[in-house]
Amino acid sequence: MSIGHSFLGLLEGKPRHGYDLKRAYDERFSPGRPLHHGQVYATLSRLLKNGLVVVDGLEPGEGPERKRYAVTDAGITDVQAWLSQPEKPEPYLQSVLYTKVVLALMTGRPADEILDVQRTEHLRLMRDVTRRKTGGDLAEQLICDHALFHLEADLRWLELTAARLNELAARVRP
Amino acid sequence: MTEPLLVGTDLHKMYGTTPALRGSSLTVRAGEIVAVMGSSGSGKSTLLHCLAGIVRPDDGTVVYAGREISAMSDVERSALRRRDFGFVFQFGQLVPELTCVENVALPLRLDGVRRKEAERRARVWLDRLEVGDVAAKLPGQISGGQGQRVAVARALVTEPKVVFADEPTGALDSLNGEKVMQLLGQAARDTGAAVVLVTHEPRVAAYADREVVVRDGASLDLERVA
Ligand SMILES: Nc1ncnc2c1ncn2[C@@H]1O[C@H](COP(=O)(O)OP(=O)(O)OP(=O)(O)O)[C@@H](O)[C@H]1O
Ligand SMILES: [Mg+2]
Repeated sequence: MSIGHSFLGLLEGKPRHGYDLKRAYDERFSPGRPLHHGQVYATLSRLLKNGLVVVDGLEPGEGPERKRYAVTDAGITDVQAWLSQPEKPEPYLQSVLYTKVVLALMTGRPADEILDVQRTEHLRLMRDVTRRKTGGDLAEQLICDHALFHLEADLRWLELTAARLNELAARVRP
Repeated sequence: MTEPLLVGTDLHKMYGTTPALRGSSLTVRAGEIVAVMGSSGSGKSTLLHCLAGIVRPDDGTVVYAGREISAMSDVERSALRRRDFGFVFQFGQLVPELTCVENVALPLRLDGVRRKEAERRARVWLDRLEVGDVAAKLPGQISGGQGQRVAVARALVTEPKVVFADEPTGALDSLNGEKVMQLLGQAARDTGAAVVLVTHEPRVAAYADREVVVRDGASLDLERVA
């Protein structure tokens, strides 16, 4: 799960303090499993070092939580590239994909394209696995079937999400 | 890449005030298997029927092997469907009064092949689909999965250039559905038939060479976009 890209996406709407960023992230993308302060600190310093965010304000006090961060043009390019790149299909992708879709909706990007690109990638892999399965012995077939069932579940989730995109947009748009 | 065999361009079709197709296009090349996916009511079956010359589109063209289907006479069109096209549907396509071998032989009989020869060829196809043992039974006496294999044999017995399959595995459990799809895919590859395969099931679509998604009556070739 790319915390850095999610931070960049969250900063696109407006600059935020470190603690605000953490709160927004925990609330939207990781309910019940809040980020550690160490993760927030490490992520923000990496983004700073790579020029993807800048500090554009300070509050009295210590540490990255008190600084206010703004995304740079390079940061926007980076999050854009991440959003348009399909994930490597593998089981249990849902949380990354969910994050991408929500970020796209929040920042006014075409979320349906993310779903389409991902769908294509998934079906491409399903075709490869199916070819392998067709030529394989029983053990190979069973291994391939395991992968196919998981990929199929992802695909069904993509279809369902595509069908509910308007509903989701109404909830996440500011 | 081989030449396009069947090209539907900018197809439109209304049913009363319901738009079923709004500018759908699809190109099928010789020997390829194309999966057509999309949600219920999006226009998949209508697209398939237009491509197969069963339904006449309100607008747009369907060109098969260089000839426009809608410009053909009814006689020419039904001869084309009989000789060059094969069909598999979800269920209810076998004639209940005929045995399985007679069902498979039927397209050949309609085309003037003598009974003995037609049934000989039908048996070859039943064997290929691994249902040679049901040849003498009536459709009511066999399982759904066996019935679909018989239907696939019937679609392929004339060695068509294009097989149109609308949810051919839709009424089967996943194991049987996949087996039918695997046999259909294999038979199509062996005879060089192209397949237009409408399906909801990703694991069935994965037997195709590529996929097209129909959304609100328009078809999208996502792989070409990507
Ligand atoms: N013969 C008909 N008369 C009236 N409306 C029709 C007819 N056939 C289809 N329609 C309508 O056209 C639209 C597209 O139907 P179509 O059967 O092509 O969808 P589909 O994608 O095949 O759906 P499904 O996955 O449920 O089979 C639907 O709104 C449907 O109600
Ligand atoms: Mg249909």
